[in-house]
Amino acid sequence: MKIFSVFDHYEGDVDAISYETVAIARKLADANNGTVVAVIMGHDVSDMAQSAIHHGADSAIVIDDATLKHFRIMAHGEALLKLAQDESPDIILLGANSNGRELAPYVAAKFGVGLASDCVDLEIDNGSLLATRPALAGNVMAKITFKKGTTQMATLRRRVYPALEADTSRSGDISTASAVLSEDDIPTKILGLETAEGEISLNDASIIVSGGRGVAGEEGFAPVKALADVLGGALGASRAAVDANWIPYKYQVGQTGQTVQPDLYIACGISGAIQHLAGMKTSKIIVAINKDPDAPIFQVANYGIVGDLFKYVPALTAEFEKRLK
Amino acid sequence: MEIVALMKQTPDTAQLSQRMDGLKLMAKGGPRIVNPWDEYALEAGIRLVEEHGGVCTILSMGKPETMEALKTGLAMGGKKTKAVFLGDPKFENSDSLCTARILAKAIQKVGDVSIVLAGKSAIDGDTANTAVQVAALLGMPYLGYVVEIKEVNVEEKTITVVRALEKGRETVTTTLPAVLSVLKELGEPRYASFMGIRKAAKAKIPRWGAKTLGLSPNEIGANGSLVAWPDVSLPPVKDANLEIIEGEPDEVAKVLADKLLAEKVI
Ligand SMILES: Cc1cc2nc3c(=O)[nH]c(=O)nc-3n(C[C@H](O)[C@H](O)[C@H](O)COP(=O)(O)OP(=O)(O)OC[C@H]3O[C@@H](n4cnc5c(N)ncnc54)[C@H](O)[C@@H]3O)c2cc1C
Ligand SMILES: Nc1ncnc2c1ncn2[C@@H]1O[C@H](COP(=O)(O)O)[C@@H](O)[C@H]1O
Repeated sequence: MKIFSVFDHYEGDVDAISYETVAIARKLADANNGTVVAVIMGHDVSDMAQSAIHHGADSAIVIDDATLKHFRIMAHGEALLKLAQDESPDIILLGANSNGRELAPYVAAKFGVGLASDCVDLEIDNGSLLATRPALAGNVMAKITFKKGTTQMATLRRRVYPALEADTSRSGDISTASAVLSEDDIPTKILGLETAEGEISLNDASIIVSGGRGVAGEEGFAPVKALADVLGGALGASRAAVDANWIPYKYQVGQTGQTVQPDLYIACGISGAIQHLAGMKTSKIIVAINKDPDAPIFQVANYGIVGDLFKYVPALTAEFEKRLK
Repeated sequence: MEIVALMKQTPDTAQLSQRMDGLKLMAKGGPRIVNPWDEYALEAGIRLVEEHGGVCTILSMGKPETMEALKTGLAMGGKKTKAVFLGDPKFENSDSLCTARILAKAIQKVGDVSIVLAGKSAIDGDTANTAVQVAALLGMPYLGYVVEIKEVNVEEKTITVVRALEKGRETVTTTLPAVLSVLKELGEPRYASFMGIRKAAKAKIPRWGAKTLGLSPNEIGANGSLVAWPDVSLPPVKDANLEIIEGEPDEVAKVLADKLLAEKVI
């Protein structure tokens, strides 16, 4: 059994989801006498191959080309498609980040193979991939089965499967392949790229502190942000706070915002509407601060504080300031 | 300029409650809605027609009740919109690739389409595959996570947009025809006017089935699908074991800090 594990990176940094993906590929391969081939597409990315092997791959294929410097669905898609056609892997895994969720369906459509998106678990059942994925905003779980005899593709949700520690004694074959499209063949041109500096992205955050309507205004986010900062976490929000224009949309957690799965989620003045829960209820530990003891957020919380967030949040910030110094 | 807006009808997750769990809602729970993400796509389509002329054709594949979603769309867009229902019992149980195949054929049949708009994902299946696969099958460029349409150049046949990335924003240009999937920042969907609703209620919406689209039974529905979902269940209930911490803010903060440090989440 040959498993491709596709790496993703942004401005030279490997996206952590790539290590999680190669780890689950390793698990599947070990249980089924298989091999894991890391696929790395980009420009000046050869050192990522060694790192992929240290994190669990048996070998790596690098496609290094100027056309692949930034992710472009057609350029990357055609390169991966050609590689898949040449090598006929049994399984192709990608991380379910924004690039992976574009690249995977593109290749699946062109290759004519099945795809399960945003999976939270992957197993091999009877020689075939069996994927578990949430649907309906996490309110149901579906097991996805694949038609036999073709390559099977899946994308893995962030933070559901732990990466392996890098083991620098691991070694493996590193080979290269070529890009398929030349710059003239790619209709899409990137005119500008602006990185949002100084913010921890909600997707990678292991701690998120969110505010809802209870923060009662733009200024009300100050204590919430102070707690996030002292914990080294990211700031989040409910839709009610976003709709009130107290905070930009990119902070919205929930069904029509981002789905997050941090180790710690602290909800301040958030009632816990089903749409909000959809985006965060699988967080490892949830703390709710709300003055209404019947707020539904307490049904998913591990720790609850019933009271005024403007009293308790600053107290928490002060306490952690002491402890984490 | 010919525009297509892809729209799916989905269950309404606002109806979830203690009694209405995810499985019941999927099966038949109450009235269905236009997939919330697709309303932004339709709004973008209507705005493009307002600016550049032409018409926005709403395509929706689904069960007969999908007609209701199409009428909601027509009520929003009035004369700037047309609707086609893609309905056929043979379409049932299509995976995302089969759905994309059906939509792609319908787009070709609409003819001379410059821009296809889709939502970020459908809230029921939530694969976010379909629009990418429509683009792949039609050989059109795809721009996802679009938050702003900066320019459509009808003569040069190009479009420039801003895409939201996980770690930043990208300004990008491509050639038309193209498929775009849009995010909320593109603009709030308008409300349907009273007149719009009355007109839409009376609208005759054509239905295109497998035959009309020239699709053979083995490329659509369960036959054509490469994945299946035979086992759908309720998610495991998380045993949160809520512990309420009581006391003055300082004491509570100490206790909670101890607990969170012991949980090793900080
Ligand atoms: C189609 C659709 C999609 C949606 N998508 C999302 C989504 O992606 N994300 C999302 O979040 N919502 C979403 N919603 C909205 C969702 O249903 C709720 O409206 C929203 O989550 C409520 O936000 P909230 O909890 O901040 O506000 P509220 O429900 O008003 O709750 C505020 C809470 O703060 C508490 N409070 C007030 N003052 C204080 C204080 N000083 N100290 C402590 N507690 C206090 C109150 O007791 C209350 O429980 C969606 C809705 C629909 C229909
Ligand atoms: N049955 C359908 N009919 C029309 N458009 C659809 C259909 N299914 C998906 N789409 C479009 O594709 C997008 C992504 O859907 P999905 O891949 O199901 O998450 C949706 O937001 C719609 O714009």
